[in-house]
Parts: sequence; C-alpha cells; structure tokens
Amino acid sequence: MSFPWARQYEPTNGFMKFLDERLPLPRLVYNAVGAGYPVPRNLSYMWNFGVLAGFFLVAQIVTGVVLAMHYAANAEVAFGTVEHIMRDVNWGWLMRYAHANGASFFFIVVYIHIFRGFFYSSYKAPREMIWLLGVVIFLLMMATAFMGYVLPWGQMSFWGAKVITGLFGAIPLVGEPLQVWLLGGFAPDNAALNRFFSLHFLLPFVIAGVVILHIWALHIPGSSNPTGVEVKKESDTLPFHPYYTAKDGFGLGVILLFFAFMVFFLPNTLGHPDNYIEANPLATPAHIVPEWYFYPFYAILRAFTFDFILSAKLWGVLAMFAAILVWFFLPWLDRSPVRSGHYRPLFRKFFWFGLIPCMVVLFICGGAPAEEPFVMISQIATAYYFLHFLVILPIVSSIEKPEPLPYSITEAVLGEDEDATLGATAAAKA
Amino acid sequence: MAEMNGEDGVRRRDFINIAAVSAAGIGGAGVVLPLVSQMAPSADVLAESSTEVDVSAIEPGQAIKAIFRKQPLFVKRLTQAEIDEANSVDVSSLREAQTLAERTKEGNEDILVTMGVCTHLGCVPLGAAEGEVKGEYGGYFCPCHGSHYDTAGRIRKGPAPTNLEVPEYEFTSETVITVG
Repeated sequence: MSFPWARQYEPTNGFMKFLDERLPLPRLVYNAVGAGYPVPRNLSYMWNFGVLAGFFLVAQIVTGVVLAMHYAANAEVAFGTVEHIMRDVNWGWLMRYAHANGASFFFIVVYIHIFRGFFYSSYKAPREMIWLLGVVIFLLMMATAFMGYVLPWGQMSFWGAKVITGLFGAIPLVGEPLQVWLLGGFAPDNAALNRFFSLHFLLPFVIAGVVILHIWALHIPGSSNPTGVEVKKESDTLPFHPYYTAKDGFGLGVILLFFAFMVFFLPNTLGHPDNYIEANPLATPAHIVPEWYFYPFYAILRAFTFDFILSAKLWGVLAMFAAILVWFFLPWLDRSPVRSGHYRPLFRKFFWFGLIPCMVVLFICGGAPAEEPFVMISQIATAYYFLHFLVILPIVSSIEKPEPLPYSITEAVLGEDEDATLGATAAAKA
Repeated sequence: MAEMNGEDGVRRRDFINIAAVSAAGIGGAGVVLPLVSQMAPSADVLAESSTEVDVSAIEPGQAIKAIFRKQPLFVKRLTQAEIDEANSVDVSSLREAQTLAERTKEGNEDILVTMGVCTHLGCVPLGAAEGEVKGEYGGYFCPCHGSHYDTAGRIRKGPAPTNLEVPEYEFTSETVITVG
C-alpha cells in the first residue's frame, strides 16, 4: 500500500513510542490521512466530496443518536414525540433540523461525488472495487433515508412507507406476502414503525463499516486525479497532511455555510408540509412524492404506464432498481483506456449534453404530479438514461480518439517534466 | 521571500493557520453546547416541577405520600407527643443539627414536609403509611441499608449522611401547600 516515497511515522516522544510498539493507532492515522499518505498534487475541489460525505455521515450519526434519546417509535406517540423534540427538548429544534437537512446535504455531496466519478471514470481499473463499494454505500443510504423519513409518522411518512413497500408487492407470486412480511401487517403500523426505527439506527453503522472498506480499497492504488494519469514519482504527489487536510477543511467550511443557512433560515424548504399532519390511514395526500433526492428514480418508477409481457407496475420497479444496479457494471461498460473526461472529446459531450440534462429532466419529472406532459417526458428521459449507460458509453469508448495525455501529473501542473524531456531526447538520439 | 516578514520571523501563513484553527475550535465548541444541553430536563419536565397538596384531611399521626418531581413526598401531621420528642433531643448531638422549628413553617409546626427519599442512596423510607415500621426513633426507617430517622425526619442512626430533605414549599392558603 502507498508509494515507496511515503513518509514513515516516527514517534516523537517516549509515550508515542510505547504506544506505537503496542497499538500503532497513531501510525495508522498518519498513514491514512496524515503526512504519510502521498496524494496526487493536482486534485481539484471535486476531490473534496468524499471527505465531505464522511463528515455528513458522522454529523447524521451524532444528531441521530441525540434524536433517538427523545423519540419514541410507537405509532401512538411518535408524532407527538417529534413535536416534543421541536418544542420542549433543549436545542431539540436544532438537532432535528440539522438531521433532516443533514440528510439532504449528505445526498448532495454524495451525488457530486458520484458524478465526479462518472466524469473522471474513477471506476476504472485498478479502482473497480472502490466504485462497487461506493454503489453499495449509496444503496444503503437510500434505504436508511427512506426509513428515517417514516419515523415522524406524518402523512408523507405513512404514505411513503405504504408506496415503497408496495413496490415489493409488484414481484410476481411472492409480492403480496413479502409486502405483508416487510410491514408486519397489512398497512404501515406499529410493527413497521418499530422495525424501521431499529434498522434506521443500525444501517448508518453498516454504512460506516462499508466506508472503511471503501477507503481501504482507495488507499491501495491511491486517489485518481483530474488528468487520469497515474502517479509515477514523488514530484507527482503531496502529503495528505497538511496540503489536503487544509484543502478539505476549506471546502468543509464553505459547505457548512450553506448547511447553516438551510438549517437556520430555510429548515423546512426541502421537506413537505403534509408531514406536519399526523399519519391518517384513511386519507392519502393529494400530491405524494418522496424526498427530493429520490426524484430521478421516482420518475423512472412512474415512467412505465403500459403492460408489456410483465405488468407496468413490475416494469417500473425493475427499471428503478436497474437504474442504480447498472452502475455496478460501469467499469466494464466503459472500455476506453483513458480515464479523465478532459481528454475524451466525444464522451465529454455525451456527459454534459446527454447524461446531465437527462438527470435534470428526471429530477423535475420526479417531483411533478403524475400527469402529462411529465409522464411522456419521463419515458423519453428514462429511455435515454439506459441508452447512455448500456449503448452510448460502450460505443463512444471504443470509437472515440482521445486527446493527447500529459506525460505525468508533474507535467500537467508545471507545464514541463524533466523526465519526459529526457525521454524524448533519448528517443531522438536513438 | 515576500511571504516572510523579516523583522520578527512571523509569516502570513502562521497567522492564517492560527486564525483558521481558532475559528474551527470556537465553532466546534459552539456545537458542543447544544449537544450537552439537550440532555438536561426539557421544558415539559420543568413545567411539572411544582405540586400542590391539601393538608386539611391529614389527622395527627398520619402521613400522606404525594409526588414532587416524580419523587415521593411525605407530608405528615405530627402528634403532640412526636413534637415533644423531637424538641427534647439535644440538637448538638445530631449528625445534621436542625431543630423541628427549622424544618417546619411558623404556625404550622405540626406539618412536616420532607422528600420520601433516603439521603443515603435514594430508597423510599418506611413509616409514612399505616402499619409500616417507623424505626428506632419513631419517624422513618429505610429498609435498604437501615437508616433510622426521628419524628422530625432527622437522621439518627445508619449510613445516611443528612436529614430527609425539606423541599422548598409554602402555605398558599390555610390548608394547601405548594411545593417547588
């Protein structure tokens, strides 16, 4: 692991030496996020978002543990305990707003992190395992966020739980019994609320575990970088500390400004007013939508309105899950040896003018009511989404002519690299 | 170099470093306050923090148990014999020197209001209800570790360090006390 020129940890006093010989925890930290971890010197701010995602995971766990101290997962009182948190618990409003908006920010930074990966092909060899673990983390996040949204036991909580577990009801033969088993009843009630609370508490720690694997796998080849050219030598890298601790710290400060603005000035903007009405099994809200971060996938779910061999309902469910599962195959769908979108002219066009607008359209349609023209637009966008990953990407990656890559990261940064010039001179002489 | 301030050797970067770390430290400390404070009693708990008790129906020698801040409260009307016994004790010989008058309200020396919480480790002493053991000194007896309290609720024997606590209360009318 790591490069041969990585600095070695040297305990500075007797106690650290004592500790290092028995439990080398400071050495682990030094090698993982300290001066002992060499990182490409050309990382842009797009490489901040992994650390930011880690920060929001921790923030969610801290605020979540606090909320769990005051919340009761019982359908009789759950809604009331949330109001108790908002009105009676010291700083309870802050904890709840930080947790609710923290979920949104966690998704924002993770989406940027994922799309950074798309553009710079961070999923390519030798980093496939990092990517696969990342998709697993994203799936776990979706499950965790969904179950968390059920806990306040408002109208959106209740009907969200009913609709999402209803997805499993689409599965042939076992669907209906499966849905009843998941809910522990015929509709969301105490049993469902209790198990969702239990799992909502558990899954973040599972995510933390997978994050450790994600980082472990990352530290084998080291970070990718905006050129996509692998690190060749020491002048291509900088120690993580202090260079990237400072850069990540600055990025964290910036995102915390936005976060604080949302928590203190627009705490309910990303939520739905209907969730301040207690769950009522007899009345569905007029316009039922999930949280914003599920909109694109919700649009794909609703895009299927016609039966074709299988029922429309089942197609929608399959397509929604497939929209994420297709990411697992990305390292093998994109066959270009060049990583960075900066050197891939055709790929770049399809990224900026294909995939990104497609996601924006799906996002808008997912939040819109299920009526025309949104249904038709969702259908076109859904078709393009799968076309992009399954057809366009493999074809583009095999026909495009990449632009010339820099010899090294050093050359990309400084404009010249002695080794490259020497190599060229030697070649000319020969 | 432009970065170096030759005179005292302090660089711009040193200043920025200290300023940034200080700002982060103060911000971090600001976050700790709500995280600690949220565990303190919430507004609804504090709202339950006073209790009214009607003492008119308590006969001499009888006691009732009320609840104050989710803990038992003993309200007892002492008999003349119990008052005399409490007053006959040499105060200086007590573990916590207090007279009966100091533990009751003027004009109502027969009404003894104490927490029903042993000052040793918090058990509920016996002696308030009819037929319960009152201990060697005729007041209250804690069965957990054998603390004996006298008729004025003062510790006389056993491991408890102080007398049964007399909470803050006042007579809001002839017959009603408000505790807390």
